[in-house]
Amino acid sequence: MTLLIIILLPFFAGAAGTLMAQRRGFSAAAWAAAVPTAASLALLAGEVPEILTGEHIIVSWPWLPSVGLNLSLRLDGLSLLFGLLILGIGLLVILYTRYYLSPEDRIGRLYALLMLFTTAMLGIVFSENALLLLMFWELTSLSSFLLIGFWTHSPLARQGARMAFAVTGGGGLALLGGLLLIGNIAGSFELSAWFAARDAIRNHPQFNIALALILLGAFTKSAQFPFHFWLPAAMAAPTPVSAFLHSATMVKAGVFLLARLYPLLGGNLVFEYVTTTVGLTTMVFGAYVAMFRHDLKGLLAYSTISHLGLIMFLLGLDTPMSSLAAVFHVGNHATFKASLFMAAGIIDHECGTRDMRRLGGLWRQMPQTAALAIVAASAMAGVPLFNGFLSKEMFFAEALDLHGIPLLESIAPAAVTLGSMFSVAYSVRFIHDVFFDQPHDLPHQPHKPPRYMKIPAEVLAVVCIAVGVLPSYTVAPLVDVAARAVVGDSLPFYRIALWHGFSLPMVMSIVALAGGSGIYWLLRNRYDVHLHVPARYTGRLLFQHAYDGSVALAGRCMNRLQNGSLQRYLALSIAAFIGLGAWPFIQHGFQTGRLAPMPVGPLGLVVWGIAMIGALGMVWSHRTRVVAVILAGVVGLVASITFAYFSAPDLSLTQLAVEVVTTVVLLMALARLPQATPRESTTHRIVRDAALAVIAGAGVALLSWAVLTREQDSIAWYFLENSVPGGGGHNVVNVLLVDFRGFDTFGEIIVLGMAAIGVWLVLAGMRVEWPAILPKPEANGIMFAAAARLLLPFALLVAVSMFLRGHDLPGGGFLAGLIVSLALLMQYMGEGLHPILTRVRIDFLVLIGAGVLLAGLTGLAGMMAGRPFLTSANGDLHIPFLGDLPLASAVAFDLGVFMAVLGTALLTLTALGQARRKSPEAEEGRPWN
Amino acid sequence: MELMVSLGLGAVTACAVYLLLRARTFPMVLGLSLLSSAANVFIFSMGRLRSGIPPIVNSETTGYADPLPQALVLTAIVIGFGMTGFIMALAVRARYQTGSDHVDGMEPAANRTPADES
Repeated sequence: MTLLIIILLPFFAGAAGTLMAQRRGFSAAAWAAAVPTAASLALLAGEVPEILTGEHIIVSWPWLPSVGLNLSLRLDGLSLLFGLLILGIGLLVILYTRYYLSPEDRIGRLYALLMLFTTAMLGIVFSENALLLLMFWELTSLSSFLLIGFWTHSPLARQGARMAFAVTGGGGLALLGGLLLIGNIAGSFELSAWFAARDAIRNHPQFNIALALILLGAFTKSAQFPFHFWLPAAMAAPTPVSAFLHSATMVKAGVFLLARLYPLLGGNLVFEYVTTTVGLTTMVFGAYVAMFRHDLKGLLAYSTISHLGLIMFLLGLDTPMSSLAAVFHVGNHATFKASLFMAAGIIDHECGTRDMRRLGGLWRQMPQTAALAIVAASAMAGVPLFNGFLSKEMFFAEALDLHGIPLLESIAPAAVTLGSMFSVAYSVRFIHDVFFDQPHDLPHQPHKPPRYMKIPAEVLAVVCIAVGVLPSYTVAPLVDVAARAVVGDSLPFYRIALWHGFSLPMVMSIVALAGGSGIYWLLRNRYDVHLHVPARYTGRLLFQHAYDGSVALAGRCMNRLQNGSLQRYLALSIAAFIGLGAWPFIQHGFQTGRLAPMPVGPLGLVVWGIAMIGALGMVWSHRTRVVAVILAGVVGLVASITFAYFSAPDLSLTQLAVEVVTTVVLLMALARLPQATPRESTTHRIVRDAALAVIAGAGVALLSWAVLTREQDSIAWYFLENSVPGGGGHNVVNVLLVDFRGFDTFGEIIVLGMAAIGVWLVLAGMRVEWPAILPKPEANGIMFAAAARLLLPFALLVAVSMFLRGHDLPGGGFLAGLIVSLALLMQYMGEGLHPILTRVRIDFLVLIGAGVLLAGLTGLAGMMAGRPFLTSANGDLHIPFLGDLPLASAVAFDLGVFMAVLGTALLTLTALGQARRKSPEAEEGRPWN
Repeated sequence: MELMVSLGLGAVTACAVYLLLRARTFPMVLGLSLLSSAANVFIFSMGRLRSGIPPIVNSETTGYADPLPQALVLTAIVIGFGMTGFIMALAVRARYQTGSDHVDGMEPAANRTPADES
């Protein structure tokens, strides 16, 4: 539990706190970020004694066990070392940020993102489950993206953020593939299970693919050559972010991953060869490029790349001591590099530039900063008495001790010496160009940095010296348990010490220091490095090409598909549906079933003929819209007859009622639209549409024919058997609607109500001229009005009867609602809208809402009785004079349906009817206007 | 009878699709309404075609038509009405907002600019 709190505290307490505190000023925000981080650090420090004894803690809660994702956390030496680094440096960065940002920056946002990152990074190092680790991994990429792009107004920041995200995100994708493969082989995603099944996993044929994918993930994250180019671009981030994410912690995630998986991967020849080669290449390449960078942060970025390569190289080697050196250098690099970044930030802050061609002679103005930078740069160069020296010596020793790796064996000692010489050269350049050389073109007179801004760098510098002078009293135990977590208990006896006696690594150190200083002297005095123009970097260029190319390709596809014509989209969609529908036919062939068909009666033929004429007539006459509407009604009526003929009285009645209302709606809309359709389709388009239509129709006919000639395997027997005992109704369709599948119906009346409200909103306040084709309302005829008025009570009676009998005979809430709507509709047609509205004083919106509410409450009543939602009760209700009335609680539900349907129909009709009114006051405060 | 229903469904679907692809809103809505009729009958017919045995439980008969597709289609019919109403309202509104009943929201003549033709 403590572990979980350590991970979550920064984000959940810190992010919210800083966002709230930023109104109260920078200091409040800084405190809000610092307190949770410090609390996490204290909690983690409390675990130190136990971990130092060699114990490790694993806790686990199931999360999504079905996919192998558990909330499993592990605390061992390795995660302890990383955890302390993250929280310790995080705390210093929080303090530093407070003084770094300008007043107009949104500090709360920066802190919140830093807190998000802290949690994500802690999640990576404490994860015991590979999927959990991956989630946090992606979260670090995401927070890194947001942090690099923090200054959203800067194009460089946006570009750098995109690049970093594309590279590390792509690597994350590869990593996901690798982890999934291994999880698949091992049957679990718990790391301890992987380590236990080490041999089985490594002998699996897919292991090498998984290994390649995992390495890809690690190399992209840790900016290894040739994926390094995102890291210099990421320097567009605020400097505290660079110090924290892009040198001390996040870029170490790739290294951490390989260290974490070392028990599984270590000693594998492919792993060893690839990792050492890539690491060594990156180390030399990064150091070489760093010498020529003019931007302080650019220099530090390439230096970081180089040092990451060094660590990668050490991790790849198959000796216990190399892993020890690797984790040791992780800590050392984090301290001196973060300190240097902070120094660079201070210089930038006080001088207004980071360009070494313009800086110089700052020793006089800021002696303390200079001293700090000298300490850190010495550690970076590997000068004795500083921490970098210790791990670098171990690195030299390991490079001399490569046995069994052909080629690399002979190259490595020379390569590491060369790389270290470059490293010394750029360290010297950093110090000399900034602090001692003559200033060339300072934007303004440097002023002294704020006192507290220097404290973080001072703390780190003290650590550099303390570790460098007294390693065994400071970090040795921590590094020891961390290394044991990587390589197990196979560490030989060793001693981290300043003086091992005169040895070959010592000589290499001296050569590197002397040679590096010499290189700098040559660069400065013989080549004049300040005039160097950086080459165009291929990695970055390739990335940009690929990026631009894919954007252009996507644009071309978009233009081709999305030309703005809805007609075309619909044709494409229908073509796609036809393709999808045709696929099973193509796959399995078309076969009809063997069911004997029903005989055809003369009535059937006639009705069929009417349907055909109606449908084809619609196509033929669709330009004359009124005719088409009437023919649509004909087709609807045929559908109603079809339902009636094939044993579906409920459907038949409903279809009949709906068809009438729909026809009225269509005619009302038509009155507000052009009466005819112009001829405008090209022949090409007509042929295309006709072809699509014929193919679609043929597909439906074939499918229907194939199904109808086959035996049916239905689940209907359940409903037929349980309708009376379980639902208390004989009309199974109605019982299905209000009881068995009541939840569906509930959803459907909600949709219905939403559609009607949509109509109302779309048309609200619309003001159009009185349609010319409509006569004035009073001209509708007195006879019709009188007949409609006479009909009303009878229609209502029929509706009540339909409603009440619905549970046992065809009828029900849907039908009753439609019948009442029809009766009122006839009133409307006879007398116009206004008299109806004054007579029926019901707000249809309220009616819909009340209907849905009633249906929902009926369902809740079932829940109150301890049964599932919408369970109905039933019994016989005795009514005087009428006898026993079988009544189920579903009747209340059906009443809700009735109200919703009635409200929908009437709201739709009145909204369409009112759309022609000219009432200026209706325009105010309504949507759409 | 099955063959007739299949052919009828095919014909109505074909007409519906053709109307759906027209350029003006009103024929399109008619096509949609036609298509929903066809779809309703199609889904209903998945319970097979049986005459004279409605799914109303009584003691005389033992065979019943399949009630499940009927229940599904019943709500679909009513929702079809709601959708037709909504899309009609959209069409009316679009006509008065854009001055055209073309589905693309503008008359094709205004649509043709030199850039499009190149």
